[in-house]
Amino acid sequence: MSFGNVLLSAEPAKFFLGPIGILSIVMWLPLVGGLILAFFIDKRKTDLIRQFTTAWMGLSFLVSLPLALMWKGDVAGLQFIESYAWIPSIGAKYQVGVDGMALSLVLLTTLFGPIVALCSWSYIEKRCKEYYVLLLVMQSFMVAVFSSVDLFMFYVVFEVMLVPMYLLIGIWGGERRLYAAIKFFLFTLVGSVMMLLAMVQFYFTAPGVAVNHQKEVRQAAQVIAGNNAEMLRLIEDGLETARLAAIPRDADVIGADEAPLGTFNIFSLQAIGSARGAGNTPLIPLSLQLWLFAGFAIALAIKVPMFPFHTWLPDAHVEAPTAGSAILAGILLKIGTYGFLRFNFPMFPDAAQDPRVVKIFGTLAIIGIIYGSMVALAQKDMKKVIAYSSVAHMGTLMLSMFAFNPNGINGAVLQMLSHGVTSGALFIMIGVLYERRHTREISEYGGVVERMPAFATLFAIATMASVGLPLLNGFVGEFVGLRGVFEANIGWAFLATTGIILGAAYMLWLYQRVFLGPVTAKNAGLEDLKPREWAYLLPLVALMIILGVYPKPLVKLINGSTETIVRQMRPGYFAPAETKGEKVAETSVPAPGVKK
Amino acid sequence: MNLLFELPPLPTLRDTMLIVPELMLTLFACAALVVDIALPRGKKSLTAWFCLVGIGFVALALVQQYTLNADKLPVDAFYQMARIDGLSLVFRGIFLLAAALSIVLSVKYLDVENEQRGEYYALILFATTGMMFMAIGSDLISIYIGLELMALTVYVLVGYLKRNERSNEAAMKYFFMGIFSSAVLLYGMSILYGVTGRTNLGQISEAIAGYTQNGQLQGEGDPRMMLILALVLIGAGLLFKIAAVPFHMWAPDAYEGAPTSVTAFMSVGPKAAAYVLLARVLLFGLGPLRDMEGLPGWSIMLGVVAALTMTVGNIGAVTQENIKRMLAYSSIAQAGYIMLGVLAGTQMGYRGVVFHLVIYTLMNTGAFTVIISLHRKGIIGEKVDDLNGLFAKAPGVAVMMLVFMLSLAGIPTTAGFIGKYFLFGSLIQSGKPWMVYLAVIAVVNTAISFYYYARFIRAMFLNPLKEEAPLTLSQPMRVTMAVSAVLVMLFGIYPQPLIKVADLAAKSISTVYAQASGIASN
Repeated sequence: MSFGNVLLSAEPAKFFLGPIGILSIVMWLPLVGGLILAFFIDKRKTDLIRQFTTAWMGLSFLVSLPLALMWKGDVAGLQFIESYAWIPSIGAKYQVGVDGMALSLVLLTTLFGPIVALCSWSYIEKRCKEYYVLLLVMQSFMVAVFSSVDLFMFYVVFEVMLVPMYLLIGIWGGERRLYAAIKFFLFTLVGSVMMLLAMVQFYFTAPGVAVNHQKEVRQAAQVIAGNNAEMLRLIEDGLETARLAAIPRDADVIGADEAPLGTFNIFSLQAIGSARGAGNTPLIPLSLQLWLFAGFAIALAIKVPMFPFHTWLPDAHVEAPTAGSAILAGILLKIGTYGFLRFNFPMFPDAAQDPRVVKIFGTLAIIGIIYGSMVALAQKDMKKVIAYSSVAHMGTLMLSMFAFNPNGINGAVLQMLSHGVTSGALFIMIGVLYERRHTREISEYGGVVERMPAFATLFAIATMASVGLPLLNGFVGEFVGLRGVFEANIGWAFLATTGIILGAAYMLWLYQRVFLGPVTAKNAGLEDLKPREWAYLLPLVALMIILGVYPKPLVKLINGSTETIVRQMRPGYFAPAETKGEKVAETSVPAPGVKK
Repeated sequence: MNLLFELPPLPTLRDTMLIVPELMLTLFACAALVVDIALPRGKKSLTAWFCLVGIGFVALALVQQYTLNADKLPVDAFYQMARIDGLSLVFRGIFLLAAALSIVLSVKYLDVENEQRGEYYALILFATTGMMFMAIGSDLISIYIGLELMALTVYVLVGYLKRNERSNEAAMKYFFMGIFSSAVLLYGMSILYGVTGRTNLGQISEAIAGYTQNGQLQGEGDPRMMLILALVLIGAGLLFKIAAVPFHMWAPDAYEGAPTSVTAFMSVGPKAAAYVLLARVLLFGLGPLRDMEGLPGWSIMLGVVAALTMTVGNIGAVTQENIKRMLAYSSIAQAGYIMLGVLAGTQMGYRGVVFHLVIYTLMNTGAFTVIISLHRKGIIGEKVDDLNGLFAKAPGVAVMMLVFMLSLAGIPTTAGFIGKYFLFGSLIQSGKPWMVYLAVIAVVNTAISFYYYARFIRAMFLNPLKEEAPLTLSQPMRVTMAVSAVLVMLFGIYPQPLIKVADLAAKSISTVYAQASGIASN
């Protein structure tokens, strides 16, 4: 089997302080900090507020490091699982846990915490306290989104997160902030309520499948859990809840009407959605799957954003304060793509692979790449260039994902991380320039390299990373992802590569116009980086280089998650390689990944 | 002397015990009038605290009633004129909550308006008595009397500011529309009585089910057309009280003109009361008419009304400048959401109706408390702009208002989301395609509604401060606000306790209804 020399059944890593697991601490620590700040610190002590927030974010980052250090590389699936009852009447639970993909995103989020706090020190001049409270609250919700194992909990954080972001853009944004803030909120809200409907529909459909096809669903659960015993128990628990829900209610049985109507456990639902009946037929009819897929996809595609739904993004990015843009580009957009990999693909695999769906998404992604790049070329505002470059990059990412092979999905996850780091860094760097000149017009700049050589170097590295230069982080994701696309569809790969060339054009042209050329009088007085600015830019740039030069640990971390997704979607995908006997091949188990 | 029929025996002590909360409330209301006369000028606000104490005692009586009868619910009294079940227990709790909250926030308002008189509080108690009789009534007659007691007192309350033109105008409009709707309701009831020969809801249900046993009409003629006429008339009368489209026209005017404290009361108490009637009449009395072969049942009629109500309410609210009008339209929309739970016909839906009504009471009263705090003599404080910069002036109040607005919009971690989850989820649970479409309409409406709720948020947090004058806030109002906000958040994050309460009511519907629909489905 492909797990090679790993254990047949293993317990995932965990760490508890009393009843509270480390993941919960990482998740809620920023919120606690926000409450401390809100209630105990005087709003006139702005310096204290800044230092406190930065220190607290730093602390949260340090607390999240043990997640990586204690990570058990040979265990598949979720680790640091916590599960508590929350709303028993509907079956929603407080369940958290991270797999490789989620862990990498959680770490990205916690790393961004101190950086965005630090980069706001001089940018935010009014209503300092509220700003940092919101940053801290936001941070908690972002970690929670990636760590939720319960769909209900995911939805709750997914939507409530809009509120602090709305306020961040609306209060501290640029001139058209009110418009941008409400547009951002309404776009996302419309999508997410559609997701809510699909979610509820699936919640009511799942129990019937769970009770009628117990064997198939259990097999699917084993594919998901791999060798992870605790995760298997978690999924089985959710499936049991679903089965109980499907049993007709008898008023005479005491407690029968107390039982929830289904399960919200994401992985139990994945097992139900990805289970196959005889002859590889889906247990949930394709027509229903397509509707459910559409409900989830519209919410996530708006969040990503994919081409026709992208119009909120340039507005929100441009109007948001630097930290807001960095959070949006770095973390929030990734929730959309993460959601595709977490929900759409494993829960509705047949809908995802339906030729019509693939065609629609492939086309939209390619339009996004080319259109985003073209529009980026035409922008006069630096932030807008990066914003449209995000549209293009997210197009590449979605395209890699829809290749449905390990390379494509691995590439997509790598691109999520690298785009998060790179575009977050670029927004922050534009913020550095903005703080000095209070303009983002490209034509206002020129020859900045003369006055700010160190900054220009860092910006050049970020530009190259965004373009996808080898040995920087952008290259790894795009290369692996496009290789996946190439395996799936050569035509797509050709078009997507064109997008990369365009990407090089607009990024390099931006660099040229801003940094090169003669120094204009307005830019003569620019100062180079201050120590504080070094402090938040260096980690990002360092990360770009490290991930570009030595991405292996990261690839290893996410590979388990992506392989599971591919297994769920294409049960036969890994089979040929295994029968060749390259790996251990202990027995001829029909379904790959099934142990025992 | 021979009577034509034997008179029934006098009500027993047991029956009387079952309406002790209502009796107590009536006594307290009467006593409030006396207390008011006894109090010297300037001390009249003490009546309010007297009434609150009264409500406290009634609440205790209610709790005791539940604990004594918990295992033998439902209990009938007065020859099935009154019915004590989960539904009536929970709803009476809601009414008491609404009454208590509005009394607390009225004190300061009436002070500012210089209209502090004790009868105001007595009227609120009388209205509450009427609502409580509506909740326990399971007979057309007792229901109607309860309804009229409530309606008449609320007419007076709306026109309470007798020197204020707007208040008088609103009272007039509300009164004429109200009595008209009562007449329509009564007409429908009389037809229902004419067809079935019964006034008791349970017997009506059995009689109706009897007409269509085994899918065959029993006897001669088709009484269903007559029944539908009765259904439409009764429905129109009740929907008027709920302010559902197309019977909503009075609501914005009445809400705007009424004293804000009364608006707060009438947007929650009487509305919840009308809902309990709707549930009683439709589910207990006219249950067999839910879906009929070849004819539209009430579930589809209500579905159309609900879709219109949500959409018109939300779109109407978008263009408003006056806070009270905006909240009037918002409460029309909320009424539409709640209707979904009634028509979906699953326990989850009934649970949602009760859950959302409790939360709606809290969040709407909370929002009105904030608006009252903007009110000062001379400055009306009813424009959305009057909220500008509230956060700079009173951060606590602004944050609480944020909670209320997010909850009204149904954003998670507030209880409004959980309520909507149940309401919309029940449509999907029912599995009927048209209900799923209805759910789509409902969620799109939720998104629209955020647009105008966000105007409050924008005004409070994003806009600069307009005037420095402090808020008119009394300590009790702060407490009301804080309690409402905390409960809205608490039940948003941990809704389980309230779900249990809601299930108490929902179960009493679904058990009765399960039997009734069993007859009809044959």
